[in-house]
Amino acid sequence: MSTASHTTDHDHDHDHDHDHGPARGLSRWLLTTNHKDIGTLYLLFSLTMFFIGGAMALVIRAELFQPGLQIVDPHFFNQMTTLHALVMIFGAVMPAFVGLANWLIPMMVGAPDMALPRMNNWSFWIMPFAFTLLLSTLFMPGGGPAGGWTLYPPLVLQTGNAFPFVILAVHMMGASSIMGAINIIATILNLRAPGMTLMKMPLFVWTWLITAFLLIAVMPVLAGTVTMLLTDKFFGTSFFNAAGGGDPVMFQHIFWFFGHPEVYIMILPAFGIISQIIPTFARKPLFGYASMVYATASIAFLSFIVWAHHMFTVGMPLAGELFFMYATMLIAVPTGVKVFNWVSTMWRGAMTFETPMLFAIAFVVLFTIGGFSGLMLAIAPADFQYQDTYFVVAHFHYVLVPGAVFSIMAAAYYWLPKWTGHMYNEKLGKLHFWLSVVGVNVLFFPQHFLGLAGMPRRIPDYALQFTEFNMVSTVGAFLFGFSQLFLLYNVIQTIRGGAKATDQVWEGAQGLEWTLSSPPPYHTFTTAPEIE
Amino acid sequence: MVETQKPTLATANRRLVRRLLLLTAVMFAFGFAMVPLYDVLCEVTGLNGKPSGRVAAVEPMKIDESRTVTVEFVASLNLGAPWEFAPQVTRMQVHPGQFYQTHFWAKNLANQPMTGQAIPSITPGLAASHFQKIECFCFSRQRFQAGEGRQMPVTFRIDPDLPPDVRTVTLSYTFFRIDDAGS
Repeated sequence: MSTASHTTDHDHDHDHDHDHGPARGLSRWLLTTNHKDIGTLYLLFSLTMFFIGGAMALVIRAELFQPGLQIVDPHFFNQMTTLHALVMIFGAVMPAFVGLANWLIPMMVGAPDMALPRMNNWSFWIMPFAFTLLLSTLFMPGGGPAGGWTLYPPLVLQTGNAFPFVILAVHMMGASSIMGAINIIATILNLRAPGMTLMKMPLFVWTWLITAFLLIAVMPVLAGTVTMLLTDKFFGTSFFNAAGGGDPVMFQHIFWFFGHPEVYIMILPAFGIISQIIPTFARKPLFGYASMVYATASIAFLSFIVWAHHMFTVGMPLAGELFFMYATMLIAVPTGVKVFNWVSTMWRGAMTFETPMLFAIAFVVLFTIGGFSGLMLAIAPADFQYQDTYFVVAHFHYVLVPGAVFSIMAAAYYWLPKWTGHMYNEKLGKLHFWLSVVGVNVLFFPQHFLGLAGMPRRIPDYALQFTEFNMVSTVGAFLFGFSQLFLLYNVIQTIRGGAKATDQVWEGAQGLEWTLSSPPPYHTFTTAPEIE
Repeated sequence: MVETQKPTLATANRRLVRRLLLLTAVMFAFGFAMVPLYDVLCEVTGLNGKPSGRVAAVEPMKIDESRTVTVEFVASLNLGAPWEFAPQVTRMQVHPGQFYQTHFWAKNLANQPMTGQAIPSITPGLAASHFQKIECFCFSRQRFQAGEGRQMPVTFRIDPDLPPDVRTVTLSYTFFRIDDAGS
C-alpha cells in the first residue's frame, strides 16, 4: 500500500518524501513499516530468544553432567527440553531468517520496500506476544508443556493449565510465519527491478521464495492439527482418542507432514546465505547457479513425501517403510549437488578467511556430517536401533546448530558492516568462531556415541556407563554457550561504532545491496536500479 | 507512466495475496481432510490394525488343519481407569477357518455404575482384515453396576487367506470409560 502511495506522491512531495528518515523514539519501532527496521526487530528478537533457549539447553546439559538427579526435578527437565525446542525453532531460527529476508530481499531485488509493509509490521509484533504467552506457561499451575515439542497425544493432553496457552502461542507463531511468507512472495514476484529476471536473482532470494511456499503449505496444517488437540481436550472430539474411534498415530502423520517441510524451512535459507558468502570470499562466481535453484526446488518437493521416516517404529507395513526409506535417501542427491557446488566454487578460488567465510566453511563441513547421520537414520532397519536415542539428538543438532545457526552467524558478520556502516571486530569474530566450532563439536559429537550405545533422549537420568561422554558433552555445551557472549558483545560494539565500512565492504562482494552506501539510506531503490 | 503503474502494482499485489490466502485456507482444510483420508486409507489397506468393527459373515470356510496360528490376547487400561480387565487365557493355538470362543473379564471397581467400551487393535496390522469376529463384547457398550464383574465373550476365526509368514496374531483391547456420569 505505502509502496503504491510512494509512486503516486512522487510528483508532489518528491523532496519531502525522499528525505524523511525514521521517526523518533519508541513509536519508530512500534509503528514502523520500513523493511530495514522490521528486519532489525526480527534479528534482535531472534538473538534474545537464542539466549533464552540457550539458557534452557544449559539447564538440560547441567542436569546431564552426572547420572542421577542433581539440579532439577524430572518434570522441570521435561519442560526445558520441550521449551528449548519450541523457542529455538520458532523463536530463534525462523525469525532470524525472516529478519534477514526483510533486510536483504528488497535490497537484493532492487525494491523500495516489502510489498505489504503494514502486514510486515503486524507479522513481527505478533511474535513477542506469542513468546510471552509461551514462556509464561512456566509459571502456571502444572508448569509449561513437558511432552516434547512434537506435542504427541495422549501425553500432551496431560499438560496442566498451560495447554490452551501453548496451542494459542503456536497459532500466533503460525499466523506470523504465514503473513511473513505471503509478504516475501509478493515482494519477490511483484517488486523486482526491471531486468531482474527470476534466474538472475541472488540465491538467497531464490531459497527464500521456495521456503515461503513451504511455509504457506505446512504452517496451516500445523494450525489445523493443534486445533484438533485443543478440541480433543476441551470440546469432546476424538480425533486422536481411540475410545471415540480416533487414532493417536494419525497425529504423528499430520504433525510430520508439517514437520518435515519445517525442517527444510530452517535450512533452505541457510543454503541461500552460504551460496552468497562462499563466492564472495572465493572471488569466483557461484559454481552451478541453475543447478542450485533446481536442487533447492527438488529438496522442497521431496520434503512432502518423506514424513513417515520420523515414525518408522509405529508399525508400518514393509512397503511403507521401503517407500519412505528410499524417498528419504533420494534427498541426499540434490543436497549433494549443493555441497559439491560449494566445494567447486572454492576450488582454485583466491580464498581469504574472514569470519563469515570461516562460518560458511564450517557450515559445509559440519552440515554434511549431519546429513550423513541423517542418511544412517533413513535406513529403516537401522532406525529401529537409533529411534529416540541421542543419535537422533546429535543428528538434528548437527544440521541445526553448525547448520542453520552457523549460517545465521555467518550472515550477521557478512552483512553487519552493510547494515551498520561499521566493520565488526575481526579478531573477536575469529575468536568467537573458533570457540564456537570447537564447542559445538565437543558438545554434539559424543552424543553420536551415546546414542549408538543406547542412551534414550528426553530422560534426565542415565546409566553409569554413559557418564564420561555426557560430561564431555556438557563441557562443550558451556563452552559453546558462553562463547556466544562474544557474538553479543561484537554485535553491540559494531552497532555503536567502529571502523567505517566501505560501500562494497568485501572485495569480492557482488549484488545490488553492495552498490548502496554503508549504512544504506532509510529508503533505498525508490527508483528502480538498472540491471545489466 | 506513474498513474498507470500504481493501479497495476496494487492490483497485482492484491491478486497475489488473495491467491496465497486461498492456498493457506486450502492447506488448513487439507489438515482436516487428512482425518477421513486416513480412516479410508486404513480401512482399505488394513494398515493400522484397526479391525472393521463389523460382525463377520458366518459362511463356512475350509478349515486348514495343517496350519496352526498362535493368537495372543492383551487387555490394557489407561492410567487410573477404575476397572479390572484381563483376558481369560493369554494365548491359544488355532487352525485357520475354525471358530473359537474366549472370554475377557472386566470388573467395575468404582462405587457407581459405569459404561465402558473396548477398542480392539490387531498386530501385525495386515492381519486385521483376516481376523473375523461373529460375536464380541467390543461391538457394543458394556454397562456395569458398581462393583459388578463379568466374563465377556468373543467368538472369532482366522481367515485361511492369512499370509503364510504370519504365525502369531495379537488381539489387544483397551477398555475405555465412555460416560461422564459421576466424574
